[in-house]
Amino acid sequence: MPIALTVNAKPYTLDLPGEMPLLWVLRDEIGLTGTKFGCGIAQCGACTIHLDGQPTRACITPLAEAAGKHVTTVEALHSIPQGAAIQAAWAAHDVPQCGYCQAGQMMTATHLLRETPHPNDADIDSAMAGNFCRCGTYPRIRAAIHDAAAGHHAAKGDAS
Amino acid sequence: MSATRRELLFAAGATAAGGFLLRFGFAQAAAATPAEAAKLGDYVEIAADNTVTLRAVNADIGQGAKTLLPMIIAEELDCDWAHVKVEYSAADDARYGAQQVGGSLTVPTNYDPMRKVGAAARAMLVAAAAARLKVAPASLTTTRGEVRHAASGRKIAYGALAADAAKLTPPDAKTLRLKDPKDFVILGKSHKSVDLHAILHGEKLFGIDTTLPNLHYAIYVKSPVNGAKLKSADLDAARAMPGVTHVIALEGVAPPPDAQIGLAPGFAPGIAIIGRNWWLVKQAREALKPQWDDGFGAPHGSADYAAQAKALLQKPAPVIDHKGDADAALAVAAQVIEAEYVTPYLPHLALEPQNATARPTPDGGVEVWAPTQFPNDGRDLIAKTLKLPKASVTVHICRAGGGFGRRIMVDPMVEAAAIALAAKVPVKLLYPREEDIAHDFYRPGNFHRLRAGLDKSGNVTAYVARAVSYSRGGKLTEGSEINLEQQPAVMANHWRLEQALIPTILATGWLRAPSDNTLSFVHQGFWDELAHAAGRDPVEFRLSHMRAHAGDPLLPTTQDGEPQLDIRRMIPVLEKVAALAKWGQTKLPPGTAMGVGCYFSHRGYFAEIAQVRMLGDTDFRVEKIWAVGDVGAIILNPTTARAQVEGAIHEGIAQLRNEITFAKGANVQSNFADFTLLRMPDSPAIEIDFHLTDNPVTGLGEPALPAVIPAVTNAIFAASGKRVRALPVRL
Repeated sequence: MPIALTVNAKPYTLDLPGEMPLLWVLRDEIGLTGTKFGCGIAQCGACTIHLDGQPTRACITPLAEAAGKHVTTVEALHSIPQGAAIQAAWAAHDVPQCGYCQAGQMMTATHLLRETPHPNDADIDSAMAGNFCRCGTYPRIRAAIHDAAAGHHAAKGDAS
Repeated sequence: MSATRRELLFAAGATAAGGFLLRFGFAQAAAATPAEAAKLGDYVEIAADNTVTLRAVNADIGQGAKTLLPMIIAEELDCDWAHVKVEYSAADDARYGAQQVGGSLTVPTNYDPMRKVGAAARAMLVAAAAARLKVAPASLTTTRGEVRHAASGRKIAYGALAADAAKLTPPDAKTLRLKDPKDFVILGKSHKSVDLHAILHGEKLFGIDTTLPNLHYAIYVKSPVNGAKLKSADLDAARAMPGVTHVIALEGVAPPPDAQIGLAPGFAPGIAIIGRNWWLVKQAREALKPQWDDGFGAPHGSADYAAQAKALLQKPAPVIDHKGDADAALAVAAQVIEAEYVTPYLPHLALEPQNATARPTPDGGVEVWAPTQFPNDGRDLIAKTLKLPKASVTVHICRAGGGFGRRIMVDPMVEAAAIALAAKVPVKLLYPREEDIAHDFYRPGNFHRLRAGLDKSGNVTAYVARAVSYSRGGKLTEGSEINLEQQPAVMANHWRLEQALIPTILATGWLRAPSDNTLSFVHQGFWDELAHAAGRDPVEFRLSHMRAHAGDPLLPTTQDGEPQLDIRRMIPVLEKVAALAKWGQTKLPPGTAMGVGCYFSHRGYFAEIAQVRMLGDTDFRVEKIWAVGDVGAIILNPTTARAQVEGAIHEGIAQLRNEITFAKGANVQSNFADFTLLRMPDSPAIEIDFHLTDNPVTGLGEPALPAVIPAVTNAIFAASGKRVRALPVRL
């Protein structure tokens, strides 16, 4: 039975096995390859997406679980205000080395800022611990999150 | 490295759009005969709209080559970096040189040639401007993509000169004048990756992102033990699984008997499962139920190796090198210190799993997209293994999600090509993580017995290092070389290096800072033991021995032309890091201490200090690392240079907690859950400084890694009294 869901604000109806992980729906069926495969067992976080706004490991999340829900991937991260701030901070700090884990890192960091607009180091440790960076960009990720938090605060201040 | 240095040769021409094209290469002849000109690479294109297209010849695996190589051209070209477009060149070693990413050699092998490429293009633009303005070339200057005539205030943009410059004869490489580095405006200043926007927005960029019409997805099921034969498999059951289009058993091609697997023609036998979605293909693997004859691997387990090594360490082993009479010096030493050290096998764990995409071409050849460090080797081995004309194999360089040495081996490229040709469809071969680990080319571990003599003043008089390493096919495994770069050896008047070998069937390869990533821990750890036995400060002890041997004859360059350790260069580096960390001047709480390590690796000199806090009796946390390095006269792209040091430090710390072990020839640890990944909460604070010297600039992928490992283990000793002599650390 076809499964309907929304990916980056676009509706899809997919005739695929319900147990197929979202990662492979995104990469091999829809053609959104920004979400990365790292381990397949939810250990590295490279496949992190937002499912109805919650950071979710796409490699172990069956398509059926996303039925009727909204999926957001790195390709649409800029459409979330905190996501755009995270991308800008990532660029300012020249965070990526190889860059392969960064989609997942930014998806998680965006959610962190949404929940905790001014995270301290312990908040960052706790939120980001599930996203592995093989290159060791953690110091720049930490600095970029602090920076994005500061910038985001200023933007909200202007609006209110 | 296959490219031998020949004449530098330039040729110029017009682009299809009427712009300027500078071609460059290492030619057999000094003149651009048509045959030689055909072998030149296209490096610089300047369009009428001032867009400058520069080509990067080496793959970017996170080390920044795709940005840095064009920066070097742009510096001498004097163009505006904001107008530069960067593309990868074709993978074609006849035109672009070896294009091998490894050994921290991208900078040392490309720095001078890329400067000359930029300078030649600039000289031609100046010549075109001089002709148009009817002035002497010497009266013209260039800046940010313009030629200027100061006397008349006239200026012409490069784009407006491109068509004229395309008609000129390029200069002789020998006559080119390069900038004084103090006049650099691009190099020495941080420039972000040219791929940054694409990375941050999830654009298709990595090898794994390759998308083609009618693309099929594949896994290739191979024996978990090297050399084991397939006994049975249910191919029909796999074929019946949803989404599967092909199941093909491939016999493989045996490599030559004494070959380096991974860099010799050949590929392992296996079963390719192909379909329209990678997850469906992986599900079908469950139905395959392959059975292997694993008898071959029986004696090859970690416990087997350790037992062999234990016995070998007690017996004299073949002498690799020596100076003086170490045994006589030991016999008269005031104190003899002895210790055994062990390092394990390690996997690479690059985050982008091994993959390659291959498409059969109408001429019977194949086109391949791959995240690889060695694209030309991939092309050559595909051609040789599958008996294709080299010209019918095309490889496209892709960004790689980490390399760390694993992507020097091109096995996924050969397999993908074989599978695509057998299935006659475009195929993306992607290893599941478990297979990425099971079919890695592991960093081989090693075993050591060290003995040193101290005189009454606590100075090292004798040093004997016996190593047990691994061999395969009668040859030393990669990264197992024992050499003079081990600093303690060259800082004693009497020393001997011995090495015995254990045969292995495991596939081995190079991991970032090969050899040094084990030997630094072993020798810098033992060096710390010697300082302790002498009752001396570990930094002072090292410096005093370095100074005592600073006047020794320099070690000759190796047969490969590699410069070896010059101990004099380590002295200021170690002094500087001690000052940076306030070594010996900081009162630290109980259970917290600093440790030091220093090592020469891949032409670079690094000294590092770790501050470690004990967490109870059996665990530790690395709080901070100070690192000082000497990699020559200039830090070409500081943001990337620092990133490489930060990355090397993280990798070294991660190595402290990991190993891969084997039973009956197969790996025991199979996915990330079986390893202690270094995560955000364990990331230390890092402070980096570079000590600039007049030495040639060199690479930074590797040099910062080795020193951090002993810095941490020596800090653990200082904090807890527990000496770490085996990795991974078990307190």
